[in-house]
Amino acid sequence: MFEPVLTRNVGNPDALTLKGYKKAGGYEALAKAIKMEPDGIIEEVKKSGLRGRGGAGFSAGLKWSFIPKDKKPKYLVCNADESEPGTFKDRLLMEYDPHQLIEGCAICCWAVQANTCYIYIRGEYTKSAEILERALKEAYEGGILGKSMMGSGFELNMYVHRGAGAYICGEETGMLESLEGKRGQPRVKPPFPAVVGAFGAPTVINNVETLCNVPHIITRGADWFKGIGTDERNTGPKLYAISGHVERPGTYEHPIGITFREMLEKAGGMYKGGNLKAFIPGGASAPILPADQIDIKMDFDTVAKAGSMLGSAAVIVMDDTTCMVRSVARLAKFFNHESCGQCTPCREGTNWMELILKRLEHGEGTEADGEKLLSICQHIAGNSLCALGDAAVGPVKSLVERFMPEIEQHVRERRCPFPERRYFGKNVGNGA
Amino acid sequence: MSVSEPVVQKDQVNAPPLPADVKAQIAELRTRYPTSEAVLLPALHLAQSAWGGWLPDEAIASVAAELNLPVSKVYGVVTFYDLYHQHPVGRHRIRVCTNLSCQLRGAEEIMEAVQEETRVREDEVTPDGRCSYVHFECLGSCDTAPMMMVDETYHENLTPQRAREIVRGLK
Repeated sequence: MFEPVLTRNVGNPDALTLKGYKKAGGYEALAKAIKMEPDGIIEEVKKSGLRGRGGAGFSAGLKWSFIPKDKKPKYLVCNADESEPGTFKDRLLMEYDPHQLIEGCAICCWAVQANTCYIYIRGEYTKSAEILERALKEAYEGGILGKSMMGSGFELNMYVHRGAGAYICGEETGMLESLEGKRGQPRVKPPFPAVVGAFGAPTVINNVETLCNVPHIITRGADWFKGIGTDERNTGPKLYAISGHVERPGTYEHPIGITFREMLEKAGGMYKGGNLKAFIPGGASAPILPADQIDIKMDFDTVAKAGSMLGSAAVIVMDDTTCMVRSVARLAKFFNHESCGQCTPCREGTNWMELILKRLEHGEGTEADGEKLLSICQHIAGNSLCALGDAAVGPVKSLVERFMPEIEQHVRERRCPFPERRYFGKNVGNGA
Repeated sequence: MSVSEPVVQKDQVNAPPLPADVKAQIAELRTRYPTSEAVLLPALHLAQSAWGGWLPDEAIASVAAELNLPVSKVYGVVTFYDLYHQHPVGRHRIRVCTNLSCQLRGAEEIMEAVQEETRVREDEVTPDGRCSYVHFECLGSCDTAPMMMVDETYHENLTPQRAREIVRGLK
């Protein structure tokens, strides 16, 4: 039986207070960490195989090791700009266990010797921001943060920084621009943030969930962490946010690499007993997988091998009443809205993808539209500064490649073949 | 990367001063960052609530003057982000999530219900100034779809009926 790690305090309201969190063993990892050499912590995290939980899956320890030792100041920016459609796991971590995140940030700051940490939280998450602010205040008052972190003499200041509604600020250099008070337009890389990051200084940027894993790695060791998961490249506990046509949508913690079938069962199965048609394994940016992939292991490498990506592990489930054209049109609209406008292929391409998909859905598509969409995908992919362009390509390309008959049906019948879906009790689950 | 020196522009001279409490909060925030420019996003949030939920030109100019930034630069930031508004909004602002997870669970019916109940089009203010609504990108509450955000509060697991009641209950 898998014991929850990251979500162990969910449902324990005491964990919101410093006292309650400490009672549950909180801040013991930080106390242990400050007795360790910073490099030793980086080695331990590297050894654990912890990979970034925000989407890219880059080794966290390796990222920390890129931070130059001799430069001052240095920063940690915690990426709490959770905006990938389908993703709601970081909100849970912040609202139910804010001190776990603060502890993870503090250990990271010690490891890379950064004296300032900004938690960049999306502007819409006002409740999470308030809870974090309260927890930070207590952490300062309790001597965890401030002039001398837990009496170590190491100064650490931690602040919540609210964004203002822009998906692109979840991209790490877009986030840095936004933190500096600018439009959130991604930067040219290199230089990477580890060398030139926030305010021109070396900066680590990690996702909320990534940092929440850190205290547990310090307390229980890299070997324990490596014991969970599929193999040595896919280790540790993982939060999966499952939504769409499932009976009990929610955030579930599983060992990384659980199969999609098991995950679906644990979420109560299909909504109202419907039939699985397709699922998105890692948020709106991930190519859609058809139902025959139901036994796929949900880890970074297996999902990548299947032609998609684990991304933020936001799983969106669709039953057979779902129109794929309409679903992808909605995602295309999102990417068009969120493209920052800096790179022409992404700015123009996302716009055309939305227009073509909408016209297909409205029965005004042409036989050439599938090809056209693929051609646009080809022109965007790899031709923009950041990953948003590639992300926008993911769902569209998978629609054309895997659901072409559905596009053709829209064109042939000059309408959407799916009945207008009515929810809330009427004929749900058997509309098609 | 160097942080460029801000240029004071002429049109900042006539900007009305920010309310004293906003000024004080900005001064406190200033201590958190190595540059005053970094205070811009939080400062705009504060100014927007002081101006009743949106940022008229004078509010933008005031923030620019307070932080010693060019108005054009502040204007550029305001237009970039979804949560800053350059036109009047209702006393209550409704954001209906319509992204995929919510769409799959009936977000469009929630939009329709809100539209019927307010009797105005998207992004317009009701004649009594009570509310305005927009559709919105993913609000990170997909497990409780469909949902909408009213001011700062999430309303989850909605039905059209429930959405109507919530709109009706806004004062």
